[in-house]
Amino acid sequence: MPNTDLALQSEDIRKTFGSFTALAGVTMSVKRGEFVAFFGRNGAGKTTFLKIAATLMRATGGKLFIEGVRSDENPEQVRRRIGFLSHNTYLYRDLSPVENLRFFARLYQIPEAEDRISALLDRVGLRRRAKDPVRGFSRGLQQRLGIARVMLHEPALILLDEPYTGLDANAVQTLNEILDEAVSAGRTVILTTHDIEQGLRAATQAAIIEKGRLVLVARAGDPAVRNAYVEYIREGANR
Amino acid sequence: MKALRAIIFKDIVVEMRNKESVSSMLMFGLLSIVIFNFAFQSSGVDRSFLGPGILWVAFTFAGIIGLNRSLSMELDNDCMQGLLLAPLSRGDLYLAKVASNYAFMMIAELFVLPAFVLFYNLRFDAKIAEIVGVAAVATLGFVAIGTILSMISANTRMKEVMLPIMQIPITVPVIIASVEATGMILRGETDGITFPLAVLGTFSIVYLTASYMVIEYVVEE
Repeated sequence: MPNTDLALQSEDIRKTFGSFTALAGVTMSVKRGEFVAFFGRNGAGKTTFLKIAATLMRATGGKLFIEGVRSDENPEQVRRRIGFLSHNTYLYRDLSPVENLRFFARLYQIPEAEDRISALLDRVGLRRRAKDPVRGFSRGLQQRLGIARVMLHEPALILLDEPYTGLDANAVQTLNEILDEAVSAGRTVILTTHDIEQGLRAATQAAIIEKGRLVLVARAGDPAVRNAYVEYIREGANR
Repeated sequence: MKALRAIIFKDIVVEMRNKESVSSMLMFGLLSIVIFNFAFQSSGVDRSFLGPGILWVAFTFAGIIGLNRSLSMELDNDCMQGLLLAPLSRGDLYLAKVASNYAFMMIAELFVLPAFVLFYNLRFDAKIAEIVGVAAVATLGFVAIGTILSMISANTRMKEVMLPIMQIPITVPVIIASVEATGMILRGETDGITFPLAVLGTFSIVYLTASYMVIEYVVEE
């Protein structure tokens, strides 16, 4: 049964690619306003889980609800509630930041989009480059604009897949500040990363995924999280 | 509809900036017409019989180049994923891409056609308008299936090669019907033109409907 108090509720989510099992039954609940850090080795299933949550991928089995809405039955309603950022920014290089954000604002049918775009460009520090083509932007600047794209429609659930990849210290700080503001505003954040310090910086909950299964879900401050991280990720890499 | 219009508008703006799709189609189309013209000039073959085939070879391969370019814009920076995250149906996304591809291919064809008229000693008369009419229907069928095939080929290793390998056999009925209809118009024997036009219309509707229905499974990872 869907619980509307939960930002995300997954029940036995499974995903197979041919004979390869990417997710072997992930069941978890994330309350609204939580900041969840998802840890796991490469290929553990973190990205697959996020992509299923974002409706970019269809699960082989199980149910997933976003704010009580079943994702495979009402994907468009779910997408309206979600902001997804990966190491790819999904931005058009031939368009400027303003044009990119305007395009996404039209897709999401955001009212009074110009004010929102202006505020976001200020927030991510791209006001002076607002009319330059994205083609000339560094990786860090593109990711800043990617953050603005994600926040544009004020999503209730923000999904971030390795968002710190290739970011300089300033961009990391901006991203962290925006995420902190989002959580303060009652939004839910689920973030995947290899970096335990970045992951646990503001997280309220931590999860570790290994071979498509959740092996740990605990409060972020729980020492078991660091122990499990060492066991499954740092040492697991040498197995 | 607003989202659909936004995608079409974005595609037009991007094309106006980088000019990759229309210009490559245009260059290929014009070069084909010129090369075929010189190849058959000294052979003594009646070019009015070869003309329709040459025109549609130029349109077909130019169209494939355009479809590949159009898709590469969405693959750059993984922009297609950004579109798939938007709250619009996959069907609407497909229709928007069909509309942009159709517009770009028609523009290229409208520039190639005068070159064809000049090189093949035709006159700019009502026949040319009729050929444009045939092209308008045939291009819809070509683009309707080509758009979805370009999305399928995007997930393959040799995507630029895979598209023509898949597209040409599937669009053979459209190409043959287009050549036949164009030939009839050029020869002034339009009594039997209803059949190729019906083939073009039917295949366009079938390709459009079938692609609209399966797009959800095509774009899924």
